[in-house]
Amino acid sequence: MSINDQIIADFVRNEIQFVTSVPCKQLAGVLDKIDQEKSIIHVPSNKEDEGIGLCAGATMGGKRSAIIMQNTAIGVTINALVTLTQFYRMPLPMLISYRGEVGEPVACQVEMAVHTKALLNQLNIPTYHFHAHEDVNELDGILKHCYMARKPVAILTDASFWKGVN
Amino acid sequence: MIRSDVLKTLVPFISDKLVVTNIGLPSQEMHLIDDQPSNFYMLGTMGLASSIGLGLALAQDKKVLVVDGDGSVLMNFGTLPTIANNPAANYILLIIDNGSYGSTGDQVTYTGKRTSLSEVARACGCENVIECSAEETAGVVKAAFADDKMTIIISKCESGNIPVPVIEHDPVVIKDRFMKAVQS
Repeated sequence: MSINDQIIADFVRNEIQFVTSVPCKQLAGVLDKIDQEKSIIHVPSNKEDEGIGLCAGATMGGKRSAIIMQNTAIGVTINALVTLTQFYRMPLPMLISYRGEVGEPVACQVEMAVHTKALLNQLNIPTYHFHAHEDVNELDGILKHCYMARKPVAILTDASFWKGVN
Repeated sequence: MIRSDVLKTLVPFISDKLVVTNIGLPSQEMHLIDDQPSNFYMLGTMGLASSIGLGLALAQDKKVLVVDGDGSVLMNFGTLPTIANNPAANYILLIIDNGSYGSTGDQVTYTGKRTSLSEVARACGCENVIECSAEETAGVVKAAFADDKMTIIISKCESGNIPVPVIEHDPVVIKDRFMKAVQS
C-alpha cells in the first residue's frame, strides 16, 4: 500500500469524517486521495486558522476532524490552537508538511522550519516527526492517542518521508 | 437599535436553536439575555465564529445560526468564499454590521466607511445574501429558519453597547452542554 493510501486508510479506520486543508506540494497526493474518499467531507480552507475553526465546528457536530497543512501555518494558528482547540479541549490531528528540512530547495522555508518544533513544544502539543517511509506505521496509534487525549497533535512529515511518494 | 436590541428580538424563536456567538460582547450579551446550552460562546478566536458554524452545519442536520460581526468577518475574509463554495442548507450567518469594533471601544471598521459586506459576500459566490435594517432583522432571520437554503444576513444597526458581565462558564462545560444540545 502506498504511503498516501495508508494515511487515508488510517483516517478512515479512525472514523475521521471531516478534513480541511491548505495545500503543500508534498501533500498533493494525499489531498487527491482525500477527495476520492467518499466517507470524508473535504473543505479546503483559505487560511489555516479558518480551518481550525471549521474542525472545531465539525467536532462539536459529532464528526471527527483533521487538518492537513504546511508547517508555515503554525505561525497563523497559534491563537486558534490555544484559545479554541486547547481551551475547549478538542482533539485535532494536524498532518503537517515539514518544509525546510534536508532536501528543501527553497531557503525561505528553512526560516520557519527552525522554529516549528520549538513553537509546538512551547504550545505543549504532542509532536511526531515522520522521516522514513515506515514511520507512517505509527499514524494509526497517533490518531487514537489524539482522540483519547482530546488534544491537538502534530505529525511533521519531512522531505525524506515524502521522497518518491508523489 | 443597537446589537443587544437586535439580539433581544431574536430570543423568542432562537432559544432552542443551535447558536454560535462571536467573541466579546455578542457572546456576553447573548449569555446575559438568554443563556442556553444550545449557545456556543466563542470566547477567544476573533473571526472564526462563521467557520465554526459552517463546520457544525456541514457535520450534522440541525439548523445553525451564527451571530457574527462586521469586524470579525473583515478579520477572516477568507470565510466567505469557503461558505459560498461549500453551501450548507442548514446554515444561517447573521452579521450584525454596526460599522464598529464594539468590544474594544467602538473604533470604526471599514464597513462603517466604504466596504459593503453584502456586495463582498455576493462577489465571493454566496447566493442568498440579504441586507436589512436592525428593525427588519428578526423577520429575516425567522424566514431563514423556515427556509431550506443557506442564508447570509447583514443587519445594519447602530453602534453601541450595554454593560454585561463576563461569561464564567468553564469552556469545557460550554462545549459539553452544546454537544449534548446538538445530539438531543
